[in-house]
Amino acid sequence: MSTATTTSPTTAGQSGAPLVRAVNVHKAFHGNEVLKGIDMDVHTGEVVCLLGPSGSGKTTFLRCINQLESIDGGRIWVDGELVGLEEKGGRLHRLGEKQIAAQRREIGMVFQRFNLFPHMTALENIMEAPVHVKGVGKSEARARALELLELVGLSDKPQAFPAQLSGGQQQRVAIARALAMQPKLMLFDEPTSALDPELVGEVLKVMRSLADTGMTMIVVTHEMGFARDVADRVVFMDGGVVVEQGPAKDVIGNPQHERTRTFLKRMHA
Amino acid sequence: MTPVSDDTRTHTDRPGAIDARPVRHPGRWVALAVIAVLAAMLISSFVTNPNWGFAKALKIMNYNPVLEGLLKGTIIATVGSMIIGVILGVIVGIMRLSDNPVLSAVGFLYTWFFRGIPRLVLIAMLGTGVGFLYPKLDIGPLPFSQQLAQWLGLSNDLTVFSLDVNQFSSTLMMGIIGLGLSEAAYMAEIARGGILSVDPGQREAAQALGMSGGKIMRRIVLPQAMRVIIPPTGNETIAMVKDTSLLSALPLTTELFFQTNAVGTRTLQIMPSFVAATAWYLIITSVLMVGQYFLERRFGRGFGQPSARQAKKAQALLAAGSQH
Repeated sequence: MSTATTTSPTTAGQSGAPLVRAVNVHKAFHGNEVLKGIDMDVHTGEVVCLLGPSGSGKTTFLRCINQLESIDGGRIWVDGELVGLEEKGGRLHRLGEKQIAAQRREIGMVFQRFNLFPHMTALENIMEAPVHVKGVGKSEARARALELLELVGLSDKPQAFPAQLSGGQQQRVAIARALAMQPKLMLFDEPTSALDPELVGEVLKVMRSLADTGMTMIVVTHEMGFARDVADRVVFMDGGVVVEQGPAKDVIGNPQHERTRTFLKRMHA
Repeated sequence: MTPVSDDTRTHTDRPGAIDARPVRHPGRWVALAVIAVLAAMLISSFVTNPNWGFAKALKIMNYNPVLEGLLKGTIIATVGSMIIGVILGVIVGIMRLSDNPVLSAVGFLYTWFFRGIPRLVLIAMLGTGVGFLYPKLDIGPLPFSQQLAQWLGLSNDLTVFSLDVNQFSSTLMMGIIGLGLSEAAYMAEIARGGILSVDPGQREAAQALGMSGGKIMRRIVLPQAMRVIIPPTGNETIAMVKDTSLLSALPLTTELFFQTNAVGTRTLQIMPSFVAATAWYLIITSVLMVGQYFLERRFGRGFGQPSARQAKKAQALLAAGSQH
């Protein structure tokens, strides 16, 4: 697992177009501009960590990728497909609800507060989308869900309701739920921030092994250790812009910008 | 940190249960005495005052017209109007929360109108007013079919189906529709509150999985909202049992209170007839309360402690898993 750091970020990056391309992305909430022109490429198989102080726009950017927020300016492409928009007859059209839902199916998302469905068991949570969105047969979905539970180390908990699981266990079920749709890309929005310190490790371990399988991941996190060990690239954001980016060792170990330095100093303090 | 804690942990003999006197509650005994005396007085008056006429009340309860009134005017009317009320109410509640301003306004107007007029007035109006305004209801294939046919000079006025409202107006069906329309306004507010009580993160998680809006509502939001919706809906159902007595204003004669009252005035046994109606209403509401308990348990799934049945199921599954 520790070999993750040795894989070069460029090997995946050089093969063809990026999986995610963001160009000059802008987003404002009620006149308050949160994203002020974000450019970012993420290639297939890459693990990118977004770092930055709260309010820097990293979570908002992540939510824009799967359209939980719609962007005001700029463009985002996922797997070559324009996100939320469509060009027809030389004019842009916003996508309807069904098309947006179809685009989201390719992208898995893990939330800070897990957001498991509390009225369903762990197994039912994982089976829900394959059965009711993709139309996979129940027995097939169940077999796959049990495999995923084993993958996240919870093969003994299929019948547990979220309220009967610890935070770390809930987050691992949430990761399994997202993986059940076989996404091309996984987004993690501060997946360990709501956890008790002793439960953080079990979730990071699952994320590490997921990275080792070659999954493309964009992770908003405050876990410097995870970023240093697992991320191919680290992007430091502040005030709605990308301040600095590069290999994790360089950005965290030898930051070039004053803002990055002060942030990292506060994180280590 | 202290070595003492390590020491105590190695004790193998459990201490016995604490032997201490419980706290005294003299107030409870006083209250019990007062209530016991009052209850004795009440029971004694039941037994000694012949005007209650419990035996006669029991007889009235079993009269055929009373039983028919109970079945049709009370039970069927309650079930029917609550089905209309809940389904229409959830729809109106969802409309009010819609992003579509037209739907949201219609939802608001519906609630405003039907919550604003007393049920008695609504029932009386449906019984006589509507039949007076629209004695015949003609259903055509298009809106304004009759006007269109006239304008085009057709010999046929395009009516496919017509309903004699005057005949229909004092039927049980009309009463069910009236109570259902009124109930939907209250249920809309209850449903809206229930939907709003669901964590917005639930919707986001479902969206992120690629679910469509309708599916998110049906599979994720409503099942969780039900937990909040059911207790007040139970309340509404019990209130509805009692409000079916308003159907006599339709006028509908196959209705419990109308029938017991009729027996009472005809035989001059006013009080026993009231007792008979009261007893039936209490019996029905008691049964409903039992039903509500089971519904609440069903929709409380995943919240709080698991039920014994769920725990057993989980354990059986675990046992099966550990065998291979």
